[in-house]
Amino acid sequence: MVVQLLEQLAVSFVACAAFSLIFGVQKHRLVQCGLVGGAGWLAYTVCSALEMRTIPATLLAVCVVTIISQMMAKHYRTPIIVFSAAGIIPLVPGKIAYDAMRHIVQEEYVIAVELAVQAFMISGSIAIGLVFSEVIYIIFRRSPRSS
Amino acid sequence: MDYANNDGQDIASICLLAGKIILQNGGETYRVEDTMVRIAEAYGVANAYSYVTPTGIIFALDGAAQSTRLVRISERSTNLKKVTLVNDISRRICQGSLQRHEAYKQLQDIEQAKDDYPAWLKVLVAAVASGCFLIMFRGSWNDFLPVALASGIGFLCLLTLHRIMPITFFASFLSAVISGSLAVLMVWLGIGHNLDKIIIGSIMPLVPGLHITNAVRDLMAGHLVSGLSKGAEAFLIAFAIGAGIAFVLSVYP
Repeated sequence: MVVQLLEQLAVSFVACAAFSLIFGVQKHRLVQCGLVGGAGWLAYTVCSALEMRTIPATLLAVCVVTIISQMMAKHYRTPIIVFSAAGIIPLVPGKIAYDAMRHIVQEEYVIAVELAVQAFMISGSIAIGLVFSEVIYIIFRRSPRSS
Repeated sequence: MDYANNDGQDIASICLLAGKIILQNGGETYRVEDTMVRIAEAYGVANAYSYVTPTGIIFALDGAAQSTRLVRISERSTNLKKVTLVNDISRRICQGSLQRHEAYKQLQDIEQAKDDYPAWLKVLVAAVASGCFLIMFRGSWNDFLPVALASGIGFLCLLTLHRIMPITFFASFLSAVISGSLAVLMVWLGIGHNLDKIIIGSIMPLVPGLHITNAVRDLMAGHLVSGLSKGAEAFLIAFAIGAGIAFVLSVYP
């Protein structure tokens, strides 16, 4: 279990750092981008292992990604998309969208629509996660204790 | 945009150039508006207004030297380094440590700067990233090389097609078709094992992650026009990838 988690962490770190490079992020920020993505994917993996359903797990992972991105953006004085853009890519419902496509090709429309709606809901939870954590961050920043 | 000595024009040129660079390289719309207004304020123009959409910027300066200008954005790409650098310059202008001539010159340098990473490196990195995604989607390590190969060639195709013709959707569609066909070919040859996982891994570099993030952040900031149009762009790219894969799956049963 621990070995598997470490494997997932390492792999997601590399994948997100690689994506940041494709987006043209500077060399000395790639490690931080990888860390953000790794943290998000770790949160998702742990939630899945605890048998949480996909939508809340995605929501939580996106919140983790965005909040860490926000702290890094503040610390390094860099636009936040530098960190968060690559971090959410592993959470995009590629597998479900693919399955939906495959069923459409096989003319099994009922299953396809079910999967497509699921993919759509997960995309929605990514969007809501991005909004939520922004709001959480703004509230905490304005409270006198943390400022 | 020529460098003019007239006061209002001068400031407007700096603001427009800064905004144009951010918009063309994948920055959020609200960041473009914010940066332009802040630069104008730092240079003493209190009433500056900007209206930004993904395809153009309208910028108006009020006061003694009134002017309204428009910049058309026809080409967009992704280079977050340029967004970061313009952000730094705007911060320095707001602190008052950067003169106008110097700021304009530095912005021009940023605009003309070449990409940090060569295309072959991006392709290589995309290949490695897809291999990693395979493992994240619970694939087995012996499919790593097939995925890397399929996605590397697919991504190279995307970059090349982008250069030949600037229609993103078609480029995404063709790249997905090529990645998918390679995956099918490799499973047929016996190099690859799990077709579904190979295809899912190999199309990951085509996923419009930055568009999704930007669309949501723009909608959140109240930029409804930009947010919706960027969301539509992301949806169309995703749809093109899906259509490409559907094409592959229906041709090779």
